[in-house]
Amino acid sequence: MKIAIGPILYHWPAADIRRFYDGLRGRVDTFYLGETVCGRRRELRPEEWIGLGRELAEEGHEVVLSTLSLVEARSEASVVRRLCDNGELRVEANDFTAVSELQRRGLPFVAGPILNLYSGRALRAMQRAGAVRWVPPMELPGASLRGVLGEFAELGGAGMETEVFAYGRQPLAFSARCFSARHYDRPKDDCGFVCGHHPEGLPVTTRAGEPFLVINGIQTQSWGCVNLLPAIADMQQMGVTAVRLSPRPGAMDEVVAAFRSAIAGEPVTLHEPEPAQQCDGYWWGGAGHTRKAPEAGMAE
Amino acid sequence: MELLCPAGNLTALRAAVDNGADTVYIGFRDATNARHFPGLNFTPEQAARGVEYAHQRGVRVLVAVNSYVQAGGWAQWQRSIDEAARIGADAVIVADLGLLEYTAEQWPDLGLHLSVQASATTPEALDFYKRCYGVSRAVLPRVLSIQQVEALAGDTDVELEVFGFGSLCVMAEGRCLLSSYATGESPNTVGACSPAWAVQWQETPEGREARLGGLLIDRFAPDEPAGYPTICKGRYDVEGALEHAFESPTSLETAELLPRLKRAGIHAVKIEGRQRSPAYVGKVTRIWRQLIDRIPEAEGDYTPDPAQVAALREFSEGATTTLGPYERNWQ
Repeated sequence: MKIAIGPILYHWPAADIRRFYDGLRGRVDTFYLGETVCGRRRELRPEEWIGLGRELAEEGHEVVLSTLSLVEARSEASVVRRLCDNGELRVEANDFTAVSELQRRGLPFVAGPILNLYSGRALRAMQRAGAVRWVPPMELPGASLRGVLGEFAELGGAGMETEVFAYGRQPLAFSARCFSARHYDRPKDDCGFVCGHHPEGLPVTTRAGEPFLVINGIQTQSWGCVNLLPAIADMQQMGVTAVRLSPRPGAMDEVVAAFRSAIAGEPVTLHEPEPAQQCDGYWWGGAGHTRKAPEAGMAE
Repeated sequence: MELLCPAGNLTALRAAVDNGADTVYIGFRDATNARHFPGLNFTPEQAARGVEYAHQRGVRVLVAVNSYVQAGGWAQWQRSIDEAARIGADAVIVADLGLLEYTAEQWPDLGLHLSVQASATTPEALDFYKRCYGVSRAVLPRVLSIQQVEALAGDTDVELEVFGFGSLCVMAEGRCLLSSYATGESPNTVGACSPAWAVQWQETPEGREARLGGLLIDRFAPDEPAGYPTICKGRYDVEGALEHAFESPTSLETAELLPRLKRAGIHAVKIEGRQRSPAYVGKVTRIWRQLIDRIPEAEGDYTPDPAQVAALREFSEGATTTLGPYERNWQ
């Protein structure tokens, strides 16, 4: 089972982005690169992402370029096209603009986590469009994933890699509206990139004081950080080929090490972030924000 | 420009037909559509009667089968497509890739529309669905500005349908898991946002509390109108400020955009609200019939009839309306 680092979902300065990848060189199998949340963010231009990707690929990593999740402007569609035309690196499609471009070119691609593949038939259709790997939806329970993979095999599907979003704050929703700009009372077109003030999102707390969500520009994420270490053995058993760890500003070393150990079958606990901030409810078929009792597995 | 109206039962369907809808859209009574609420929607027999009533009066009927097929659920979703074809629906509204493929192959004569739940926003995305599955029409998600809608209409040969009035999804449709994060159930999985079983009301000394899946979505003072607890319309603490962090309770209302939508070649305007009462459907349909019939041919300033706009506002969540994402400032 491989370890993949998902695309950085936050607005970090270019120097921090480069430092982040420098810190993980040689320690993981796959890097997903690119801006997937907001078309206005340009800390790295598409050419620079592609350049960074080539560097990391030359060092032996698998590199995948991730496309924008909500494509509205023509300029955004042309960035998607530019990534699809890079000629070398594989692309992760995060909306059907990218799926369309990749299918038309006959290029194999990764189907990202928000393409809504909830059944074996949908996965089979996506394979026909050219997908060679998929990331199941955040909300898909482990038992349902097993079901989807079973259906896919029954339909004659084979050779599809499965990568599970196993660590990090979960992207839950995308909007035309920028909630970071709204909070700072700024127009979206003159946002001042205020989302950058919050390198791990802007917390949204209920009036009862329960931490609930975080705002990341047009994206809303879970406040809880998913940690599927307790499910690794299950995933291996059902044929999951990789885990996706979603970038956080710190502690990724420790997180990668914990997943490396769990994949090797070693008992491991992870206190990053603190357990009260971890969740895994979706995997076990419940509400996403919940956390299953510790006896479930080896984490904790 | 076609007027598409919602119906959650036979009485509402008749109200829509009798008040001037060109087309009515409905769903079956299960998780295969995105308005899966208790007591709502049609059995196949009721749907067949609805189609008969509408067709006799020259009105078309579309069936939404627009949630996503779940693992182990294929037979149920396939049955919904088959039933829609069997009762003579004019088209089905679909988002799931497996269902699109099935419908295109098995029911080539049944109209195939792309649901808003598929969240297709570009000519490239629309072309994919047309190329692969023969989709003839797409419902646009509520994320594009009016300028972007106009540009898209010029760049695609897929017919476009847009939302004109009703509840406003703040998030891109089909891309929102907020409901399942709190409750385990979402529009994608069971066809419901903020399912009623997960809603809890409680009177407290601080006010009336609305919870979803145990999480406090808002608290209302005694004289404050209390809305249904959907996460995107709740009030939260953000950096010490109490705010509607996503959107306040409001409805989409686009009457003033009608001439532009028509000039851009938008094929249909859709009224949201299959969960609404037959009386609501009848009244809103009548107003929109008049609004559409009176769109001026000539370009220039356009103000819709203030009386009708006021009437629509009465039907709106929080008694306020917005142009939503059509207006760049909203974004």
